[in-house]
Amino acid sequence: MRKTSKINNIVRGNAMKKLTIFLTGTAAAIAMTAGAAQAERGSDGHLNILYWQAVSILNPFLSGGTKDVEGSSLIIEPLAKFNEKGEMVPALVDEIPTVENGGVAEDLRSITWVISEGLMWSDGTPVTAEDVKFTAEYCMAEDGGCQQVANFTDVESVEAVDERTVKVNFSVAKPYPYGPFVGAQSPIIQKAQFENCVGARAPECTEANFGPIGTGPFVVTRFAANDVIELEANPNYRDAAKPAFATVTLKGGGDAASAARAVLETGEFDYAWNLQVEPEILAQMEAAGRGELISSFGTSVERINLNMTDPSPDKGADRSTVEAGPHPFLSDPAVRRALSISLDRELIVEAGYGETGRPTCNILPAPEAYASTNVDWCLTQDIEEANRLLDEAGWMPGGDGIREKDGVRLSILYQTSTNSVRQATQALVKDMWQQIGVETELRNIDAAVFFGGDPASPDTFQKFFADVEMYTNNFDGTDPEKYMAEWICADAPKPQNGWLGANIPRFCSEEYDALVKKMGETAPLEERQALAIQMNDILTNEGAHIPLVHRGDVSARAMTLNGVLMNSWDSELWNAADWTRAE
Amino acid sequence: MTDQVSMAPEKVIPPAPGSPVAAEPRKQRTLTADVWRQFRQHKGGVIGAIVFLTIIFLVVFGPSIHGVDPSALNVRERNAGVSWAHPMGTDNLGRDTFAQILAGGRTSLAVGVTAMLLSLLLGTAIGVLAGYFRKLEGPLMRLTDLFLALPLLPLLLVIIMLFRDTLRRSFGPETGIFLLIVFVIGITSWMQTARIVRGAVLSVKEQEFVLAAKSIGTRERRIISRHILPNVLSPIMVSATLGIATAIITESALSFLGLGFPSDYPTWGRLLFDGVNFMQINPSRVIWPGLAISLTVLSVNYIGDGIRDALDPRIRGR
Amino acid sequence: MFHYTLRRLMFAVPTLFVISFIIFALLDLAPNDPTGNLPLTIPPEVREQIRMSLGLGEPFHIRYLKWLQQFFVAEPLNFIQQAFGIEIGNSAERVRIRSWATRSPVVDLIVERLPQTLWVVGMSYVVGILIALPVGIISAYRQYSWFDQIGTFVSMVGFSVPTFFTGVVLIVVFSVYLGWFPSIYDTTHRVTDWNSFWIQVRQMVLPVMVLALYNAAQLSRFVRASMLDNLNQDYVRTARAKGMKEKVVLLVHVLRNSLIPVVTVIALGIPTIFSGAIITEQIFRVNGLGQLLIIAIQGADIPLVQTLTFIFAVLIILCNLIADILYGILDPRIRYD
Repeated sequence: MRKTSKINNIVRGNAMKKLTIFLTGTAAAIAMTAGAAQAERGSDGHLNILYWQAVSILNPFLSGGTKDVEGSSLIIEPLAKFNEKGEMVPALVDEIPTVENGGVAEDLRSITWVISEGLMWSDGTPVTAEDVKFTAEYCMAEDGGCQQVANFTDVESVEAVDERTVKVNFSVAKPYPYGPFVGAQSPIIQKAQFENCVGARAPECTEANFGPIGTGPFVVTRFAANDVIELEANPNYRDAAKPAFATVTLKGGGDAASAARAVLETGEFDYAWNLQVEPEILAQMEAAGRGELISSFGTSVERINLNMTDPSPDKGADRSTVEAGPHPFLSDPAVRRALSISLDRELIVEAGYGETGRPTCNILPAPEAYASTNVDWCLTQDIEEANRLLDEAGWMPGGDGIREKDGVRLSILYQTSTNSVRQATQALVKDMWQQIGVETELRNIDAAVFFGGDPASPDTFQKFFADVEMYTNNFDGTDPEKYMAEWICADAPKPQNGWLGANIPRFCSEEYDALVKKMGETAPLEERQALAIQMNDILTNEGAHIPLVHRGDVSARAMTLNGVLMNSWDSELWNAADWTRAE
Repeated sequence: MTDQVSMAPEKVIPPAPGSPVAAEPRKQRTLTADVWRQFRQHKGGVIGAIVFLTIIFLVVFGPSIHGVDPSALNVRERNAGVSWAHPMGTDNLGRDTFAQILAGGRTSLAVGVTAMLLSLLLGTAIGVLAGYFRKLEGPLMRLTDLFLALPLLPLLLVIIMLFRDTLRRSFGPETGIFLLIVFVIGITSWMQTARIVRGAVLSVKEQEFVLAAKSIGTRERRIISRHILPNVLSPIMVSATLGIATAIITESALSFLGLGFPSDYPTWGRLLFDGVNFMQINPSRVIWPGLAISLTVLSVNYIGDGIRDALDPRIRGR
Repeated sequence: MFHYTLRRLMFAVPTLFVISFIIFALLDLAPNDPTGNLPLTIPPEVREQIRMSLGLGEPFHIRYLKWLQQFFVAEPLNFIQQAFGIEIGNSAERVRIRSWATRSPVVDLIVERLPQTLWVVGMSYVVGILIALPVGIISAYRQYSWFDQIGTFVSMVGFSVPTFFTGVVLIVVFSVYLGWFPSIYDTTHRVTDWNSFWIQVRQMVLPVMVLALYNAAQLSRFVRASMLDNLNQDYVRTARAKGMKEKVVLLVHVLRNSLIPVVTVIALGIPTIFSGAIITEQIFRVNGLGQLLIIAIQGADIPLVQTLTFIFAVLIILCNLIADILYGILDPRIRYD
């Protein structure tokens, strides 16, 4: 079920023209189909949503956690959203600014948004350009600790041209100017409510952070942090017929499997989010017939990073840095390639992911126009070829069947975060590597430690004190430029930069660095796609990592809940206004 | 042996419990032989011992009889039911459940018993010292309070962070983690035992036989070992039984958090934990590890009952 | 006894300070980080800014002293202010302890969670005691009878089977197959009349059952052991020899003496009510203090973990003191002074 998405046309140039036409078309179509079914606001009663990670706060600027961003998306909205296909659709504006319609300046250094006429906050006051301007100031304020500030990269200033027109000025030419105010990570907040909460005072405004005034379909009536949110329909929502539900409960806590059970088996809830559970468990629950699983694919790839540097404890402070020297065996391209083709990705998908995963050899699997098909050599498992590669490179089996060369054994320490699907994958990979004479020691680390980045901890994924490590990464929105720039030499984590670099495998290639630089200067869409594909191929062919699975998002909806459009590019609740109760 | 109480010993005034004059010189008998003789008459204790020994026998020699590698994967045969090849079915990666139970038993029993002994030793020592020596009471009990108050999870994270790599280097990954886990469980679970033992010691030490022993100049070490300890044995036994169960379960929680054994290293607690979500698909994944843990705990409990009765001079030596 | 209590209370103050310092140091040393659960799309530089904005850039002792000041000065003043409606000093300038994940005052979060924790965990403790006492007494009195054997079996299984298992079993049986009880605890439910009370009872049944089984299993072993010890004592024989009724012997003499250590165990268990039942609360989504603590630990929400664990420490020390005092009152043989 490959998705025929056209997510790629969100950059400037001639593609923009297509985009505008396409966007207005789909947006209208969605509004039509969803709107036709329902009678009036609040006619469908109560909606129960279950997020097994409880929402902590409804201000996504103060918490970038997915659960918090998605919870708040019921209440506050950005100027434009991404739909289920990854296309940008207007939310608080009438059209997406492009170079063609004059919304984006020719020199790509500014973008002008025009807010829809008559748009109101849930408290009945009008939404103005000042609110948008304030939102940018709020997030860019010093000492505010705004967690979404990356969306405002290169923003020089935001000016309110008139009541409804707001102009964002960039300090450099931005081929992709849709960072600020697009997507659930960058919603608009009300100036009147947050005026006294800027900078260091941001955390003190508990009332505003727990009950922001927004333009979304619902307003908060009660918020219990890390537990439950009660909401009711926004009386001033821009579409008088929506939302269909009068009240909503967004409950949190527990684990994914029991969340799935509450929708699929007991029917206590209408919607459960993020159900990464073994496929057979979900299938068995789904068979009860009360609900169904829905999934969609974004840009997430489960990958195994190979450490290009020596992680041996003997290296002391230089451990896992370029100074420690190349890895004793992973620096050998033959070993890296053998490790990749010895894996049966189909099997890994079957055991751990089911419908919600696809084998992949790409680190950049989507949007489709960016997805390479040149590196599919790794998709088929080939143990013989792997053995041949290793034999040829001089890695010969020792007495215990483990290959070695010059006293170096192919013995791998394989770490990942704690998660039952990941541990199953670890076991499978260990088994497959065993077949080519590679020994594996498994280690799993609590996610809060592994992804925590505490410079004092030896177990963070950035420090990478192991030979290989596995996790998922992705990028927000649909433009991969920032993502592909993660593998430049200079970005390798090391003590000097507080282990903060994004180039986890410590991959380093002059050719790749040059391509990254070139992409930053290239505007035409086709060229950017070609560059991205070229970079993706380098990474897989050189073996900076072993891509395993293109992961989808999976949630569950009750059979009685209609209108859900599963979305991997924005909040899953992005169209909650269109959800209705089936008879 | 239905009602021990009503068959209480018919001696007029029982001598100080455990004191050497207790046994009449009917026949030359040692205390050990005496205790053993009494233990053999305790039906529950004997059955418990048999079950426990059987479990130990199975986990020690079982893997060589049922020669399936517990970590061998066969995804095509996953979630299989009972068959000759897999007497307890397979898990979701096609690993043989029976082989995993046998292999897991080794780890779980070793961890459970060692950690329980460590915690019992610590708890009893601290409890007895705090109860008997008034000077030590304050500091020791405040130490107990401190350990009770410490948040377990951050403590574990810190211990693991500080010691894992050192232990892994000096003892290898498996022994290193084993020592670490036993240590971690031991030092985080002795507090209740200590509190209870101290309470019991406080009340025993004021009894006449202790005063009598003191007055005839018995050394304190001897008073503690011969007079105090045997009399606080029953709460210790309860703690021991509960301790094994706690240690086995805690170990599973540790491995689940990524703080314990590697994920491909089966233990009973871990098998049970991993099996819970598969309960409806494959009930044998929870029944067998659950049964294994329960049987172990039950048998230890009955052995404990037997030992306690056997050591009780009012019952023994009739 | 009064002297003893006073001395213990005086000792408690420095002990608590030491404990608070050790907890703080432990949390500071622990390798988890408040930005650990954020999506990887948030770049490392932003994470560093977030840490700085949380005050992690300040040295350890400053952060500790600040917390002390907030906990012992700011929060009590704030509490008094709210309770009596009077304004003390400049309350706007007073910095309250704020959780990093929710940015709301920690004390408010705790107060918000108390009801469901007390309802579910507290009730299960009471139910557990009510089951354990008779079971333990009868088991000891009729040692090795059918009742005792079954009681032993059930309590040992109850104790050795962890709550993560029993909880899910009960949900599968009673929520999925039978559909009798809800599997998710609704914390927004308010009891206003009989009907809503009935709903409250129904949603409490499963979590209370799981926890009560566990508590009763543990406690009944202690009751039984303690009863057995006393049943063999000389005073029992003396009492029987005097021709006292068996009921009086058992329920007045033996039970009273046997309950002494049991009361200690019960008192020592009270803090665990407040620290909640982490696993059971998670399974049934009771979202009480246990869930608050575990989420805070996972997210390295240091102010919240520090405050919660410190409150637990206070409770533990208080309950230990109460247990000791009770012990002294109930058992005249024990002399503390």
